[in-house]
Amino acid sequence: MSEATSSREPSSHDPAITGSERAADEAIAAVTTAFPGVESSVFRGQRRLVVPVERSFTLLESLKEAGFDLLVDVSCVDYLEYRGAKHRFGLVYLLASTATNARLTVRVFVDEPVEGDDSCPVVRSVVPLWEGANWLEREVWDLFGIRFEGHPDLRRLVMPEEFAAHPLRKDYPLQGRGERHNFPVLTRDRS
Amino acid sequence: MSIATTEFDVATPAERSEDYLWTLNFGPQHPATHTTLRLVLKLEGERVVDAMPEMGYLHSGFEKIGEHLTFNQYVTVTDRMNYISPMANNVAWHEAVERLLGIDLTPRCKYIRVIVAELARISDHLLCNGAVGLDTGAFTFFLYAFYQREVIYDIFETLCGARFTNSYTRVGGASQDFTPLVIEKIRTFLKTFPKTLDDMERLLTRNRIFVDRTKGVGVLSKADATNRSATGPVARASGVTRDLRKDEPYLAYRDFDFKVCCASAGDCYARYLVRMAEMRESLKIVSQALENLPSGPVNVGIDQRTALPTKKQVYSTIEGTISHFELSMANRGFEVPHEESYAAIEAPNGELGFYVVGDGGENAYRARCRPPSVLHFAIFPQLIRGHTLSDVVAVLGSLNIIAAELDR
Amino acid sequence: MAVNPSPGLELPENVVVSRLDELANWCRKNSLWPMPFATACCGIELMATGASKHDLARFGAEVFRFSPRQCDLMIVAGRVVMKMLPVLQRIWLQMSEPKWCISMGACASTGGVFDTYAVVQGIDRFIPVDMYVPGCPPRPEQLIQAIIDLQDKIQREGTITGREFDTAGRQLRKRALVESADPLTIDASRNPVLQRRLSEFAESSSAR
Repeated sequence: MSEATSSREPSSHDPAITGSERAADEAIAAVTTAFPGVESSVFRGQRRLVVPVERSFTLLESLKEAGFDLLVDVSCVDYLEYRGAKHRFGLVYLLASTATNARLTVRVFVDEPVEGDDSCPVVRSVVPLWEGANWLEREVWDLFGIRFEGHPDLRRLVMPEEFAAHPLRKDYPLQGRGERHNFPVLTRDRS
Repeated sequence: MSIATTEFDVATPAERSEDYLWTLNFGPQHPATHTTLRLVLKLEGERVVDAMPEMGYLHSGFEKIGEHLTFNQYVTVTDRMNYISPMANNVAWHEAVERLLGIDLTPRCKYIRVIVAELARISDHLLCNGAVGLDTGAFTFFLYAFYQREVIYDIFETLCGARFTNSYTRVGGASQDFTPLVIEKIRTFLKTFPKTLDDMERLLTRNRIFVDRTKGVGVLSKADATNRSATGPVARASGVTRDLRKDEPYLAYRDFDFKVCCASAGDCYARYLVRMAEMRESLKIVSQALENLPSGPVNVGIDQRTALPTKKQVYSTIEGTISHFELSMANRGFEVPHEESYAAIEAPNGELGFYVVGDGGENAYRARCRPPSVLHFAIFPQLIRGHTLSDVVAVLGSLNIIAAELDR
Repeated sequence: MAVNPSPGLELPENVVVSRLDELANWCRKNSLWPMPFATACCGIELMATGASKHDLARFGAEVFRFSPRQCDLMIVAGRVVMKMLPVLQRIWLQMSEPKWCISMGACASTGGVFDTYAVVQGIDRFIPVDMYVPGCPPRPEQLIQAIIDLQDKIQREGTITGREFDTAGRQLRKRALVESADPLTIDASRNPVLQRRLSEFAESSSAR
């Protein structure tokens, strides 16, 4: 998140605010009073919350109870080369409500543990809340290397099982490290 | 590297003792998958006990390449994402970029984007339903559907020069304006297509074989559809009324009169019916948009500094010349805010959104695509449990899983 | 194809004299059974080629069979990625001789716009290819032209024993393979050019 983020809370009397945005604002107000330390911001009409990683699950749980029944997306951003970034990874949970059409973005920032090279950041899985998170979290594990604690089946989703790297990390090159050409060659004589 | 890279163990401990179950590998190269995906089925006779979907056979690093191309270049890659309806992907990508930049499009551009997105929806549903028909034995239906797709290809070719991978939109506008010939071709399509649609419905909707093979097969309940993040026709066939065109009217959808098509059964037949009905609603939207097409420029003005100015502006005004020069030069293009945002459209397959992170440069720092196919494919094992092997193709077809969107 | 070997000799009616190779080629070229290995966007254009309007049946290659055992022409339509390549190779091995391969589209031929970590940069690095079709994706007319060209090629170069397939040397020379992470996977024994290049590469890397 950058300096440009507007932290102005729009008042609910503003006529430009639609019903769905008002519902999102009410949910944010309820959550920020229940969870002190949660920051909220608005950019282009989109409501966002930044949550500490240790409380992300309970906050998402309370948001689900508050009516956000549709988990639109779980993804991740690697902030390795991002100007002004304080953390390495930022998870993105996009929530929506099928009743009020409110939308909410929940950000959870995590860092690589410093001890040991092969250790990965760990976040609690939200599969118990939304079944749809299953494959989305597998994809984040595959491409970014973030472990989800409590996930029923955390395997790689898109890359081959024996693939070693996490390709969407910023320190992984676009052309890869030669994995794509490590195959036997079939010639006419041999086939 | 061998083909069997992973040992699949789909059996629970109780089932493991039932050694009469046998395992069948379905895909990744199979005619009924249409695309490259793999299923490992656990069968008891002909009944499917369990299914283990496996994907990644077309993972090409779309999101990684999005971090290395500019906002206008990446539209060519989004064409290849859901390659059944490339126009919808183009609209979705630039919708997200324009949300990040805070650009408000011209009224004409909004209408044009609505028209091409709805034509893309028609062509997507034609292929999806045609393929369901093909897989359940109705080859004629498929040929009818594909002929109409060729008509839409022809419209797009007249519009932008490419019949299939269009790369039509640009940041703040589109690459071409509608010409009278395009409008005439769309008008002809609007006149002729309802007749074909009637023919198609007469061929299949009450066809005994088709109904028997799809009705009651692959039932998805409303609660499951929401909990498993299903969107689009798959969710609407289960009774979820969510349609972004109505619920969060983007572009110019607020101006049009159309219905959201829903069903409550949640089976393959309901998904087929929803798609057929949506094609008729799309036709209504296209004809309303075409008749009320606003005049004026397609691209946003020079002051926004994102879309290329017209030739007249370039040759007759200094602002136009400077703007054209800056936009054509490398490293002189427009700048995006140091921010991130998400925007989604109601693509033919469901909610197709992009989460774009800008870092001030001319490339996206991260271009995350929210693909509907992944979430629909994840539902598949639940839908097929207890049905027979021949129902696999009907369920797969009705979910309309497109591998390039699935794996990206 | 009908050639009268000795002009003085009168042939009875309905007798045509030809070479056995010619006859085999004539049979083979007119009964191509394609195996669509359709992975991505090109697969939809392949479907369009077979469907109404373009109608591949006019050119005698419409019998799409999805079992590799029954086919003699593999059309690779779309990009092939790391996870898919072993599948492609196995399917190619399952097809019976004589067999041909068309690489349809930019992605199958060179990797196309997808110069990324997962996409194989041209299937001809790993399986033999007879015909390349440019385009992203190619129009159905282009694919039809490629099939006609392949039919010409079969008629022109084919032999009944399949001598024309003995192209291992040529095939290896075409391939630069500088990107390969492990040079040991390449069979360089039959290719002097590649041998020299590999030894140069080994020298330069040891000097560094």
